[in-house]
Amino acid sequence: MTARTTGADVAATARATSGAADRDTRSAAPARRSASGGGRRLSSGARKRLEIAFFTAPALVLLALFVVVPVLQAVRYSVFDWNGLGPLDDFVGLDNYARALRDTVFTGAVVNNFIIIALSILIQLPLGLAIALLLNREIRGRAFLRVVIFMPYVLAEVVAGVVWVLLLQPNGLVDAVVEGVGLGGLTQLWLGDPEIALGTVMVVLTWKYLGLAVLLFLAGLQGVPEDVYEAAQLDGASWWQVQRRITIPLLGPTIRTWGFLSMIGSLQLFDMVWILTGGGPANSTVTMAIYLVDQGTNRGLYGYASAVAVLLFAISLVLAVLYQYLVLRRDNEGAPAARKVTR
Amino acid sequence: MSAPTTTPAPGRPVPLRSERQHRRTFGGGGPLVYAIAAVVVVVTVAPVVYAFLGGFRSNAQLAANPVGLPDPWVLDNYAGVLSSASFWRYTLNSTLVALITTVVVAVFGVMAAYPLARYQFRGREALALVFTLGLLFPLTVAIIPLFLLVRDLDLTNSVWGVALPQAAFALPLTVVILRPFLAALPKELEEAAMIDGASRIGFFWRVLLPLSGPGLVTVGVLAFVASWNAYLLPLLVLSDPAAQTLPLGVASFSSQYAQDTAGVLAFTSIAMIPALVFFLAMQRRIVNGLQGAVKG
Repeated sequence: MTARTTGADVAATARATSGAADRDTRSAAPARRSASGGGRRLSSGARKRLEIAFFTAPALVLLALFVVVPVLQAVRYSVFDWNGLGPLDDFVGLDNYARALRDTVFTGAVVNNFIIIALSILIQLPLGLAIALLLNREIRGRAFLRVVIFMPYVLAEVVAGVVWVLLLQPNGLVDAVVEGVGLGGLTQLWLGDPEIALGTVMVVLTWKYLGLAVLLFLAGLQGVPEDVYEAAQLDGASWWQVQRRITIPLLGPTIRTWGFLSMIGSLQLFDMVWILTGGGPANSTVTMAIYLVDQGTNRGLYGYASAVAVLLFAISLVLAVLYQYLVLRRDNEGAPAARKVTR
Repeated sequence: MSAPTTTPAPGRPVPLRSERQHRRTFGGGGPLVYAIAAVVVVVTVAPVVYAFLGGFRSNAQLAANPVGLPDPWVLDNYAGVLSSASFWRYTLNSTLVALITTVVVAVFGVMAAYPLARYQFRGREALALVFTLGLLFPLTVAIIPLFLLVRDLDLTNSVWGVALPQAAFALPLTVVILRPFLAALPKELEEAAMIDGASRIGFFWRVLLPLSGPGLVTVGVLAFVASWNAYLLPLLVLSDPAAQTLPLGVASFSSQYAQDTAGVLAFTSIAMIPALVFFLAMQRRIVNGLQGAVKG
C-alpha cells in the first residue's frame, strides 16, 4: 500500500528540496568560515553534530543496509551470469539486458504492464469520479458508503485474490450471476482463457483499487470552496453543469496525482496477478514483476532477474519523470485553481 | 495542491468536515442516486459476503447452488480453522512481523525526522533528500538482492528478515510525512523547554514525542497495514511453514485444499477479520494518512 503512495510526490519533492539545498549551501558557506574561527562555538556545534548523528543514524543505517545496498547490488548482479550461490565471476556485460529485450515473454510483460496502466486509468477515473461526486452529495449513509467502497483496498491482495479465484471458477458466483441475468451463453473460463484472462484480472484490480481513487477524489472535493457552488447556483447552473465546468476542473491536481499513483502501482503489480493467474495462461497476464520473480527464484537466474529488475526500475523512472514533466508540471506553477476556473 | 504535492501541511487550518457537510449547495439525491449507490455497495461487498456465508455452507451445498444462503448452517469449516494450530501460528507470525515493522518505523522515523524538522545545520536539506529519494525505490526492484542479503545475514525464516527490510522501505514515506508535522509544532514550546533547562534531547523525549502522537499513529497504521498485507518479501524469505505469515498461509491453504472450497472460504474469511477490524477501528487514520501523503 505504501509503495503506491510513495512514488507520487517524489519528483516534486526532489525538485523542491534540491532547490532548498542550493540555497542552504550558498548561505552556509560564509557561516562555516566564521564558525571555524570561533573556538567557543565549536563545542556546542560538536554536541549538535553528535545529536544529529544519534537521531538520524538508526534510520540511515537501516536505509543503507536494506534499500541502498540491495538496489546497487541489483545493478552489479545484472552484468553477471549467476545462480546466486557460487562466486560472482561470470561477467557477461550487457548480455542479460539484450536477452531480456529479445525474450518475447518479457516484452509481452512490458506490454501487459502498459495495458494495465492505460485500462486502470481509463476505467477507474470515470468510475471513481462518478462515485466521488455521488458521495459528495448529501445522501443518507454517506459515511457508511465511504467505508464500504474503501474496504477492498485495505484487504490483503492475497486474501482478496483467493476469494476471487473461487468466485471466478466454473460454476462459481460469477457464472451464476451471468446466468442469472440471462446471459448464460457468455460464461467463460474467466482466468483460464488466454484471450480474456487479462480482462478478468482488470475487473478484479478495479474492484480492489477503485476505493483509493474515490477516497482521494473525495479529499480533493472537500477542498473546493463552497462559495463557488453558491455563485454558480445563483447564476442558474444545473448540478451537472457545475460538476463539469467547476468541480471536475478544480479536481485536476488530485486526479493527476492519483494517476501517478495508479501508474506506479500498475508497474509494480505482483501480488494479485500471482494469486489469480501466476502470469498465465500461456503468459497472457505476466507482468514485469511476475517475470522477474519467476526467473529469479523459480529458475535461479539471479543475474538475469537482476537485469530485469533494473529494466523495470528504468521504465518506472522514465515514466515517472515524463509524467512529472508533462502532466504534473502545471500543478506546480502559478495559481492553478484560479487559472482553471477562468479557463 | 498548488505547491509541490509532497507533504501534509499540518500548519494549514483544515476546515472541519461537520462544518462542510451541511454546506453542500446541491443537496441530496433522488431514487436514481440511491440506486447507483446500492449497486456500488453490492458489487463491492459481494465477494466478501460470499466468502463469509460460503464458509457456513458445505461443499455439497456450494456445488449444488453457488448462490444461496447456508441451509443448514455448517459450523465445521470455521471450527476447523479456529482449532488448527497452523492458523494461529500464521496469525502470530503476522502480528509479530507487523508489530516489529511498525515499532521500528515509528521510532527510527520520528528520530530521523526530529533534527530534519527542528535543527538548523548545514547539509540538512541534502540529508532530507536522501529520504525523499528513498521513495523512488520500491521493494519489487530490489527483491532479488534483498532475498540474497537476508539469506547471507542468516535471517531467512525469521520475523526479522521480513520486518527489518519492510521497515527500511517504509522509512522514507514515514520521514516525509513526519518532518513537516514536527516542524509545525510551535517554536515557543522549544524555547520554553530550554528556559526550563531541558536539552534538545530532553525536549525530544518530554515534549515533542508526546505531542507527535497523532502523526506517529498515522504512519504507524500505514506501516502496520502494509506489513500485515505484504506478500512478495515473505514469499521469498519465509519458506518454512512454521515461520509463514497469514497471506502466505492463505495462499498455501488454498492450493493445498483446492477441492475444499468451503474450507478455503472459511479460512480466507477469518484471515480477513483482523484487517477489517483494524481498518474499521483506524479508518480515519488510514484515510487521513493516505490523503495527507498525497494531497498536501
